[in-house]
Amino acid sequence: MQTLIIIINILCLIYSGWFIERLLTKERKNSLITSGILLLVLALLATLPLYALGYTSILITTILMYIILTVSWVLFSGLTGYMSLATAAFFGIGIYASALFLPTTGALLPILVVVLIGGLASSIIALGVGALTLRLRGIYFAIFTFGLVVFIMELLNWWEHTVSHRRGRYVMLVDNDYIFYTMLGIFVLVMLTFFFIRRSKFGLAMRSIGENEEAAAHTGINVTMVKVITFAISAFFMGAAGAIYATKITYVDPYVAFSVLFSFLPVLMAIFGGMGRIYGPVMGAAIFTYLQETLQTKFSEIYMLSFGVLLVAAILYMPDGLTGLIQKVWRRISGGKRVHT
Amino acid sequence: MPESIVTVLDITIGGLLLGGIYALIAMGLSLQYGVARVLNIAHGEFIMIGAFSTFTLYTVVGINPLVCLVIIGPVIFVIGFLLQRTVFTRLRVTAPNPGAYEASSLLAAFGLLFIVQNLALIGWGADYRQYSYLNSGVNIGGAIFSANKLVILGFSIAIGLAFYMFLARTRMGKGIRAAAQDPSTASLMGVNINRVLAICFGFGAAMAGMAGVLYSMRIPLNTSMGLQYTVIAIIVIVLGGLGSIPGAFIGGLILGIIGEVVTYFDPSLSLAAYYFIFMLLLLVRPKGIFGK
Repeated sequence: MQTLIIIINILCLIYSGWFIERLLTKERKNSLITSGILLLVLALLATLPLYALGYTSILITTILMYIILTVSWVLFSGLTGYMSLATAAFFGIGIYASALFLPTTGALLPILVVVLIGGLASSIIALGVGALTLRLRGIYFAIFTFGLVVFIMELLNWWEHTVSHRRGRYVMLVDNDYIFYTMLGIFVLVMLTFFFIRRSKFGLAMRSIGENEEAAAHTGINVTMVKVITFAISAFFMGAAGAIYATKITYVDPYVAFSVLFSFLPVLMAIFGGMGRIYGPVMGAAIFTYLQETLQTKFSEIYMLSFGVLLVAAILYMPDGLTGLIQKVWRRISGGKRVHT
Repeated sequence: MPESIVTVLDITIGGLLLGGIYALIAMGLSLQYGVARVLNIAHGEFIMIGAFSTFTLYTVVGINPLVCLVIIGPVIFVIGFLLQRTVFTRLRVTAPNPGAYEASSLLAAFGLLFIVQNLALIGWGADYRQYSYLNSGVNIGGAIFSANKLVILGFSIAIGLAFYMFLARTRMGKGIRAAAQDPSTASLMGVNINRVLAICFGFGAAMAGMAGVLYSMRIPLNTSMGLQYTVIAIIVIVLGGLGSIPGAFIGGLILGIIGEVVTYFDPSLSLAAYYFIFMLLLLVRPKGIFGK
């Protein structure tokens, strides 16, 4: 029964991605029916804690978190083609915002304000880092952002060791339903932001940067500004997700908060799902997280091993991800009549 | 001699001894990135495999760690050769442009990291391992260093030089240099590009493996030690200029000395200092010190 609830909710999440994709493309027929389904889907998601067990809603919260990280990664890297490995840095900054303002002794600020602080702190740092580094092309940008994560981690580690003399910090317990609703709220915001950016002139500018940056600059786009602003927007959601995630894990130290895994997982999930459509990353993150959580509890030893195998296999055999695979199958079934890219 | 001069000497020689290993690791990665265009995040895992194999061969079978060099080096070469031949060649052929290939091979290497590391974890467990070999002290101008550190530096330089001669003097070395400059033109000129790239990747992996063999004499081993050295290798090749073999060698020695200097003041800051220099360098001179 709980498995069924999980699967239905994952389908709901994917549906909302599909709905946004549909709004962006020109085919808008049956919009009354699809909008009706969307309302139903949102209602199902919003009432989850009422009909699901605690474990189920925790799992859906984790899935939401990875969707937020993946979609906000795609928002910047997928469109502009700059591979950022800084996700863990922004996520970790959010986590430490909670560690500072929500100690076990009592909240210094309301939780939502701390989430906002986590997001804003991340996007301010993204503005600075972006302004400095976004002129680095290709692999240099990836290496730099990867270095940034470990740099912040080492520095924080040194600070905690020599200045504040503690290993880790405890974060206050927050009600699971509260965490779920906050995550859901951030998810809705991310999807809306993605929608509005993709539809705007700004989104068009980003896509032209992704296709050919020099040509984009020649048509009068301020490429640096577009890149830096998008980088900051995507960092905001990563930081916000980190801040609320901290209340879920309750103990943080630099190694937990700035684990490079959080940089690579969103990339993997985006590739696994396929980046051509918005529901691709959503699908990738949801299915991957679900598999991860179930595998981790049942076969913890080979879990990381299978993670590596899956990553290599996905890159080798599914370059367009799950959505690419589904489209290929769909095209074959429908006899190639509805081919569009 | 006065105390301060001994300290300076101590730090410099210590830095060179550390830098020799960094240089060897970085030369391997430089070859993989400079020619084969794979930023191999799993590079450090070959170091770990080399180190653990040496541990097992020495403590269980009783084979001298220096003899392990000629056993483990070729074995890891074959593994690297096959990896390039299967996984990375397929990625290279199917990628729409070189940029996409660099991104996808980086991610594939990340997957490889997980595979190798967890296989090692299943095989060797999560405990720290250490053995003692050539541990007696040698006095250099008042500062005392263990003999194995000197042996490591000697072998690092010898392997680095041998490799440089191979690149500079042999026909295959010429093919490799041609492939590094322009793969498609090189293949038009009769260079078997897939084979050359596979050999490069194999050599890169073998150098990491041999670095692991040497390094296992002086540090405690752990199956999760790899990533740290990958990161150091990346810093060194950026320092020396991406793809430059002499740059990687000198960059390694420089980073070793920087590491010892920072360690002298505060050991827990050395990794942070590496990153700081690295990021500064990327911002000011992304081509590296020796880059063209």
